[in-house]
Amino acid sequence: MTTPATEAPVTPRSEYEFGFHDDVEALVKLPKGLSREVVNTISDIKEEPDWMRKFRLKALDHFNARPMPEWGGELGDIDFNDIHYYVRATDRDESSWEDVPDYIKDTYDKLGIPEAEKQGLLAGVGAQYDSEVVYHNIREDLEEKGVLFLGTDQALREYPELVREYFTTVIPPNDNKFAALNTAVWSGGSFIYVPPGVTVDIPLQAYFRINSEDMGQFERTLIIADEGSQVHYVEGCTAPIYSSDSLHSAVVEIVCKAGSNVRYTTIQNWSNNVYNLVTKRATAYQDAVMTWVDGNLGSKLTMKYPAVYLMEPGAHGEVLSIASAGQGQQLDAGAKIVHAAPNTTSVITSKSLSMDGGRSSYRGLLKVYDGADGCRSNVRCDALMLDEHSRSDTYPVMEIDEKRVDIGHEATVSKVGDEQLFYLMARGLSEAEATKMIVNGFVEPIIKSLPLEYAVEMNRLIELQMDGAIG
Amino acid sequence: MTSPLFEIDALQVAVEDKQIVNGLSLTLQPGEVHAIMGPNGSGKSTLANSLMGHPRYTITGGDIRLQGDSITEMAPDERARAGLFLAFQYPTDIPGVSMINFLRRAISARRGEEIPVREYRQLLNEVLGRLQMDEQFVRRYVNDGFSGGEKKRAEILQLGLLQPLVAVMDETDSGLDIDALRIVSEGINTFHSDDNAILLITHYQRILRYVQPDHVHVLIDGRIVESGDASLAERLERDGYEPFMERTKAEVLSS
Ligand SMILES: Nc1ncnc2c1ncn2[C@@H]1O[C@H](COP(=O)(O)OP(=O)(O)O)[C@@H](O)[C@H]1O
Ligand SMILES: [Mg+2]
Repeated sequence: MTTPATEAPVTPRSEYEFGFHDDVEALVKLPKGLSREVVNTISDIKEEPDWMRKFRLKALDHFNARPMPEWGGELGDIDFNDIHYYVRATDRDESSWEDVPDYIKDTYDKLGIPEAEKQGLLAGVGAQYDSEVVYHNIREDLEEKGVLFLGTDQALREYPELVREYFTTVIPPNDNKFAALNTAVWSGGSFIYVPPGVTVDIPLQAYFRINSEDMGQFERTLIIADEGSQVHYVEGCTAPIYSSDSLHSAVVEIVCKAGSNVRYTTIQNWSNNVYNLVTKRATAYQDAVMTWVDGNLGSKLTMKYPAVYLMEPGAHGEVLSIASAGQGQQLDAGAKIVHAAPNTTSVITSKSLSMDGGRSSYRGLLKVYDGADGCRSNVRCDALMLDEHSRSDTYPVMEIDEKRVDIGHEATVSKVGDEQLFYLMARGLSEAEATKMIVNGFVEPIIKSLPLEYAVEMNRLIELQMDGAIG
Repeated sequence: MTSPLFEIDALQVAVEDKQIVNGLSLTLQPGEVHAIMGPNGSGKSTLANSLMGHPRYTITGGDIRLQGDSITEMAPDERARAGLFLAFQYPTDIPGVSMINFLRRAISARRGEEIPVREYRQLLNEVLGRLQMDEQFVRRYVNDGFSGGEKKRAEILQLGLLQPLVAVMDETDSGLDIDALRIVSEGINTFHSDDNAILLITHYQRILRYVQPDHVHVLIDGRIVESGDASLAERLERDGYEPFMERTKAEVLSS
């Protein structure tokens, strides 16, 4: 049963523009709570192969056995029995926009999703609404070249062997409590396969929307970039403002085969009642390049540390991360790079902002295995606070077991400087305008690595958040 | 009678409860150049910053008036939009913010309306050319990694673009080699007109060879102890600040 939410959110974020919700009955909505029965029902609904059901049930045992992490953020408030683990709004996966129900179409229209595809800015679009993918489409010429871009459920139906070959090979079900949870109840997500030597020239984008109250979204994304291929995938996320919390716990696995180049860009703008606990990891083989661009604005609590495991010589991993925490938010974001082979290189650049009492942290791990000589890595994390009552921390951890490496590290925590403000104000800029300019400058190194439309969007979202914070 | 362009009236300024400027008065008429000369620590930067409204400098007495209106209570940005300009002794760097973006915002703020792109580009190229600065210069981040000389030139660039009514120049000459000093001075002279006024704050007399002052004031311990014409600067060059400081000490003792 769908109960429309009251207007009063727990955490006000007046400037949040996507806080509306569609007030409709879901087609299928499992009762709240997590059990073997729920997991079996999800598997039944999806008519999955048996191996997947076994995976799920084993993962559920892992989830139940693991304690809650005691670091990162306040997880104690999550009541796993107060969550709907599967909510399906519509009948089936659609590849024609016309067939998507009108109210969902309206939602995506408001979010500007089909527009970008029409304008030819994207090579493909996917849209997930609550638990299921409601739309996906890919440019014909890419389809002809063998590029696959579809919902992970559909991929499991149409390419079961391909999915089985890679599923959980990057992130095992017992990796951490939330990866286990995702493996048990996963639904939706994107599946991408790019054949050897194929370049997807403009981004593929997926859009994740939570609509129902008290629900958990557990999408599962798997990207396989075959040898010498190239792809850029972009995901965006929003949710309505409800008076109770939602859970988003995704798993994203990426395999970058020799010589491939994968870029994964996230613009996370959940409403401030979403727990966003995501495991993202890529393996990069010989001379492959993997880049995570991670923009985090919304959510009540985010814990997310995109990882790259550099498995063979010449692989390069890069994480560019922005987190901007406002009132009532805690963003614990960062990066993890593992140098498991010689002559691998990595760069981590992180910028965290906090304002209006918000809290953001950088948490990073750089690991170099013994024998991985000739590695180079550069880590730079900067934190900027806009006022006295906000908080920023950095927790950079390095485990270097090899001597012949070149590691650079720099971390700063600062407040918007009086001297910088005075300088800009002495040139006629108002305090608000001056603050925005300083903040824009602070995040510039990351923004400039985004494609133009996303750079504009990211700047806009940060400014919107600042409008709420500095008035 | 119309009011003077800029008046500093018995100004007192404190930093962290320490009184630095002690009742300083000065009147600038349109078209005038005044030089304030003082040794290190005499309160030159304190004066300059407090005129612009730096929050760390507390005005404990007196008044500042621009075109007859008090600006003492105004925030720095209001003062700037009203036509006051400070060329900083130590300009602050703002990483990630390009000069070209910043300057456009500043000009638009000063004018109260957005400067059209085309006009902006024209104006920018004209002033850059005058200061013998490369066009690529404005692609850099504000003061970030600038050499001492580049920072000073960037201040003069802003002076030329913003066209204030009153320009306070805090040791713009320090740290410049002779060629840079000449270019910077020319920048100031080009800006200067019958409608604006310049308060040139300096430690040394050498910039006054290029920018001719109408009046010279000697600042010791936050007070103007002597005022005169350009010849006063020459006297300072010859005898140093020592005689004035001796005198101030004697006066303080006898008072
Ligand atoms: N921010 C400050 N905090 C504490 N003392 C200051 C500060 N600024 C200036 N002062 C003090 O005020 C006096 C005058 O300094 P300043 O105005 O910088 O002189 P000048 O520019 O003539 O060298 C000095 O004694 C200096 O130590
Ligand atoms: Mg000084």
